[in-house]
Amino acid sequence: MKLGFDIGSTTIKCILFNDEKEIIYKNYRRHYSKINEALYEELQAISNQVENILDSKMEVAISGSAGMGYAEVIQLPFVQEVYATKVAVNEYLNEADVVIELGGEDAKILFLSDGLEVRMNGSCAGGTGAFIDQMATLLNSTPDEMNILAKDHSKIYSIASRCGVFAKSDIQPLLNQGAQKNDISASIFYAMVNQTIAGLAQGRELKGNIVYLGGPLTFLSELRNTFDKVLKCKGNCPKNALYFVALGTALMASEPILFQEMFERVKNYVASFNYISTRPLFQSEQEYEEFANRHNQSTVKTIENKNYSGNVYLGIDAGSTTVKMTVLDEEENILLSSYQSNEGSPVGIVKNFLEQFYVEYPHATIKSSAVTGYGEEMLRNALSLDFGIVETIAHFKAAKKFNPQVDFIIDIGGQDIKCFKVLNGVIDDIFLNEACSSGCGSFLQSFAEVLGYSIEDFAKIGLFAKNPVDLGSRCTVFMNSSIKQAQKEGATVDNISAGLSMSVVKNALYKVIRITSAKELGKNIVVQGGTFYNDAVLRAFELEIDGHVVRPNIAGLMGAYGAALYAKQNQKEISTILTLEQLNDFTHEVQSINCQGCNNHCALTVNTFGEGRKYIGGNRCEKPITNLTQSDQDNMYEYKRNLLQEYRMKKVEHKKGVVGIPLVLNMYELLPFWTSFFNTLGIQCEVTDFSTHRMYLKGQHTIPSDTACYPAKLVHGHIEELLTKEIDAIFYPCMTYNIDESLGDNHYNCPVVAYYPEVIQANVSEIKNISFIYDYIGIHRPKDFAKKMTKILGNTFKGIQLKDVTKAVEAGFKENNIYFDKIHCKAKQIIENAEKKNQPVIVLAGRPYHIDPEINHGIDKLILSCGAAIITEDSISHLSKKVSTTVLNQWTYHSRLYAAADVVTHQKNLNLIQLVSFGCGVDAITADEVRLLLNKGNKIYTQIKIDEITNLGAVKIRLRSLFAALKDGDKNDRSTN
Amino acid sequence: MTDQRIEFTKEMKGYKILAPNMLPIHFSLLCNVFKIHGYDAEILENVGPSVTQNGLKYVHNDTCYPALLVIGQLIDALNSGKYDVNKTALMITQTGGGCRASNYIHLLRKALVKAGYSQVPVISLNLSGLEKNSGFKFTLKMIRQALMTLIYGDMIMLLNNQIEPYEVIKGASKNKIQYWIQYLTEEFSQGRGLSYKDMKKNLKSIINDFDTIEKRSEEKIKVGIVGEIYIKYSALGNNHLEKFLLEQNCEVMVPGVMGFMLFKADNRMEDIKLYGGNPIKYKVVSVLFNYIQKLESAMIEVVKENGHFQLPSSYMHLKKLIKGYVGYGNKMGEGWLLTAEMLELIESGYNNIVCAQPFGCLPNHIVGKGMTRKIREHYPTSNIVPIDYDPSATRVNQENRIKLMLAIAKENANQI
Repeated sequence: MKLGFDIGSTTIKCILFNDEKEIIYKNYRRHYSKINEALYEELQAISNQVENILDSKMEVAISGSAGMGYAEVIQLPFVQEVYATKVAVNEYLNEADVVIELGGEDAKILFLSDGLEVRMNGSCAGGTGAFIDQMATLLNSTPDEMNILAKDHSKIYSIASRCGVFAKSDIQPLLNQGAQKNDISASIFYAMVNQTIAGLAQGRELKGNIVYLGGPLTFLSELRNTFDKVLKCKGNCPKNALYFVALGTALMASEPILFQEMFERVKNYVASFNYISTRPLFQSEQEYEEFANRHNQSTVKTIENKNYSGNVYLGIDAGSTTVKMTVLDEEENILLSSYQSNEGSPVGIVKNFLEQFYVEYPHATIKSSAVTGYGEEMLRNALSLDFGIVETIAHFKAAKKFNPQVDFIIDIGGQDIKCFKVLNGVIDDIFLNEACSSGCGSFLQSFAEVLGYSIEDFAKIGLFAKNPVDLGSRCTVFMNSSIKQAQKEGATVDNISAGLSMSVVKNALYKVIRITSAKELGKNIVVQGGTFYNDAVLRAFELEIDGHVVRPNIAGLMGAYGAALYAKQNQKEISTILTLEQLNDFTHEVQSINCQGCNNHCALTVNTFGEGRKYIGGNRCEKPITNLTQSDQDNMYEYKRNLLQEYRMKKVEHKKGVVGIPLVLNMYELLPFWTSFFNTLGIQCEVTDFSTHRMYLKGQHTIPSDTACYPAKLVHGHIEELLTKEIDAIFYPCMTYNIDESLGDNHYNCPVVAYYPEVIQANVSEIKNISFIYDYIGIHRPKDFAKKMTKILGNTFKGIQLKDVTKAVEAGFKENNIYFDKIHCKAKQIIENAEKKNQPVIVLAGRPYHIDPEINHGIDKLILSCGAAIITEDSISHLSKKVSTTVLNQWTYHSRLYAAADVVTHQKNLNLIQLVSFGCGVDAITADEVRLLLNKGNKIYTQIKIDEITNLGAVKIRLRSLFAALKDGDKNDRSTN
Repeated sequence: MTDQRIEFTKEMKGYKILAPNMLPIHFSLLCNVFKIHGYDAEILENVGPSVTQNGLKYVHNDTCYPALLVIGQLIDALNSGKYDVNKTALMITQTGGGCRASNYIHLLRKALVKAGYSQVPVISLNLSGLEKNSGFKFTLKMIRQALMTLIYGDMIMLLNNQIEPYEVIKGASKNKIQYWIQYLTEEFSQGRGLSYKDMKKNLKSIINDFDTIEKRSEEKIKVGIVGEIYIKYSALGNNHLEKFLLEQNCEVMVPGVMGFMLFKADNRMEDIKLYGGNPIKYKVVSVLFNYIQKLESAMIEVVKENGHFQLPSSYMHLKKLIKGYVGYGNKMGEGWLLTAEMLELIESGYNNIVCAQPFGCLPNHIVGKGMTRKIREHYPTSNIVPIDYDPSATRVNQENRIKLMLAIAKENANQI
């Protein structure tokens, strides 16, 4: 007999063969991370079902990510799971060309014909079973229900699938805007398919006989259909698709052992208890009591009085996953409050709350109302609320109520971490978590659920844990495997709970706020957000900063409370809020359309609420709402795009040939140079258009490294585009050096910008069919460059002479100067105009390629819609000399950032927002440095991280907070003058 | 940038000088050379979670993992209480170039200020004259000795890698390493072994001595390691990759560090060839290049004469191999050398390769992961697994992927 176990991230699967290799037993069960117990139960189940097995000798092997390490301890052979799949596929499906296997936390592709190759997902593990589970929770449904929902979809949204944290931030706004669950479910499946292809295919085509294996692909027919559609094939999901790893493991098993003996080993398994632990949260019960008493003092009174008569004030905080509401009386006591999950429909929830309030409190009058948070605009429109305010303002108002001297507020909610520094009564600096840092409330909640606890119980058991596991601070996916590792080493649930609480705090302090000592936070710290109800997290925070903080008893309601306070302080004559009668006639319809206003083609959700009230979500600019086209008058991004379009369209008479140029990375900057250069030589340039997501998808199968930045990954799509054009060559040279602008110690390009053409050469197979000019060139030495370039071009174009190239180089530099002169002039104009209008000017600083609408996701238009004008770092960097920095200032593009920051600190109405592409290693260095420069000049630093997909909702809040803080700062300036 | 750094002055010559570890054999020899010249140097051995914690605390978390570890290790050492922080200096290598790694020393200084050690001077160890310190002078003798430690280190590492997996008496090879580190240190302290002739003699004695170790004849899976230089060599960086592979019954080949030295020197000449430049500078660099090359060829000759060990390839051979894969202008980080090392490993029978890099390593997008497809096109049986290292990657995940590579390796081995 042969026995194989596949101990995966969530389940144990088991296959037992008789001597004829026939399956006589198979089963799978969830193990809830208690691997040994689950395996013991499984062995018992086998012995109950298979007769006389206890004394039988059999060959046994273990596979699976959770089986690794464990197998060694109980001295059974281990088989790597992907290899096990390969063995099973060879045995049962020898026709197969490609196997796609999705597991709980791993995704794998096996290429079986034309050279065996096996791949597993790298360190970012999106698109797996765990990912679907997370998404289902978000949609308040199960994976099976998602499957049914997806069958009946009408449109597909772009959703990031790289990791759950990203995807959540894409899905939440969709839900909040009112998008249909059918469409979201289908979109999630598409995202998974794209993730698998982008992450694992890496230049190899998925074709021939395709086999689908693993849990998600077995259970979800729509996921299989989506793969079929994208791959244009009909894949096969074989019998026992769930068990292939176990089958392969059983086939590989070779060392015989008595079943009884194995049973004993599992029974007597003792964990090693050698995990790394930290100090307990509380040493004693007494310590806890002191702690609890201290925090019980920060309270707002709640008075339940249904007979209350008089004015009341309503505050609503519509967060990404929850809706919080408070009603205050004239004394600012809480009359009624509510904290609930938004279940993807915040409008319905607030409407029910209001109806209930009107009925239960017949003598109260809502005098004023305010709403804040993600759902602010929609709720304000839907229910005709009086005010919509920025979250930072709401939280600050509430915190001041508890400690008028408050100088630091940290709010950890379900999805977000928000921190504000307060200086002189004004918000001075804002920190928000980025796309890829988890460690919020939902993080704790999902782990509690995985381990089979409610979040409340989970927190409680952690309080008195003796040896909390040191889990560090890491992304959810990795945390999963760390926890499993700790469990294998004998960590109990209480110690894991305490460890996770500490991990949340460390994440907030060191990753989000990036402090190095508690002193940096301030003296009067107010902590809030639902996560701080959790005493374990609160205690961990106090331990980590070694000090005391204020946690209001309404920590989770602070946004709503602050909004209510705002409503009270800013009331109108009569509130516009819908009355009970109006609520009875309330209707809500949702329509999904694609905006045709510009190239962004935003997926809009149009919400109609009856009586002509409307809310449009998903838009980046005001065009679909006001029907006004934004001109490039105040927008340097648009201005630059228009200039580049002109260069793209340049035509040559009597052309000697055509080169294709991909409009990517440094080409955004050098396009004026290259078009003039080539045109002078009589060569026409065929330049690709600005990127689109469709273009990205076209090239994603040749991307070798899924952790490279999005602007680099887009190159593949542009090259695919060029390959369909009638051109003589593609010109995309390697450039170690950039033009020296004397702003830094050197003038490098970053490694990715410098050498990406090599990636194209090595990974796009069709590139062989065309002359691809990707030589290493140096325009930083113009004279030598002309000589070298004559030789390089001579390989493709006949009759190129040095004197012509020299002329072309001159023309190129001349055009480059003209281009920059225009930009500098335009910047001057924008700044002067803005000064006249007293309009804020934002330096949207990044790289030349950040003007691409697909890369910046229309953030320029979003800023414009907030009423600011936009210029770029390269339009003002020439106004500064080389800036003194604490780091090596050696990249041309980055030197401009420092120079621009320096200019900003010297001009009153300028402020800087840094755009950072996810995965940009160099910006890890520039970000801290730019912040330092700005802070020295008393300016707020704001960073926006962008990737394939970007949650504009969060960006909007960030921008509005910034503008609110700037406005406050202005007032402050005046009052002190 | 402005120079506000604390210089290591003459008055500080008695200071304890701490340096992070990367290559245990090379660095212990190098450390001893510094000691001979009157510097109280120490290579740090502190590991554990507090190293990473300090790194995370004082370095931007998106910075590459090696910076985090190196800086974390140094600050952890200062925190340990073992050293008088007012009489301690730090030493760190500085390569220069378009990779963000050239910023390590500045990030370290930033971190020291944040951690409250702004008084601690940092010495830059470089051959390109990037920063100067009046109290730390790289004399010609020291440079020559330092370069020799690298040759000796490469030689001993090469021998140990090929003997340790097969040694009959466990620990025999490690004992020889200790013996030779002592022996060579003694030579250096007496000012001997500096001539080319002496060096070659020493290399011969080393190889003959290691050759006496009794070995089992046994077929093992041969695995090569390439990658970003710190992660490739440092056990702290790669979660004890070599040890893990040895436990999995493999023979490991890690290309030596001389190739990297030659590569960095050669880059300057290649730049001039590609983009034009000062012919005098070219000449000066080529003198240094030729000197290092001569040292390299001495080692190769000795191994060849002995005939019992895998012959290391010369830098010039690597440069030939890379043609058609990556251009010579690709010089940031490990540049084309990384791809060339993979090709060389495959050529010498090390088909199975771990390509180790920090998560999000920029040059590796190009020369590591970016080139595996092309390599596979030419060598379909090559079995390359890229592994990312960062503070949040888990060992289990990494080892699982390496085990997959090994399973394929075993299958390939059985087919031959």
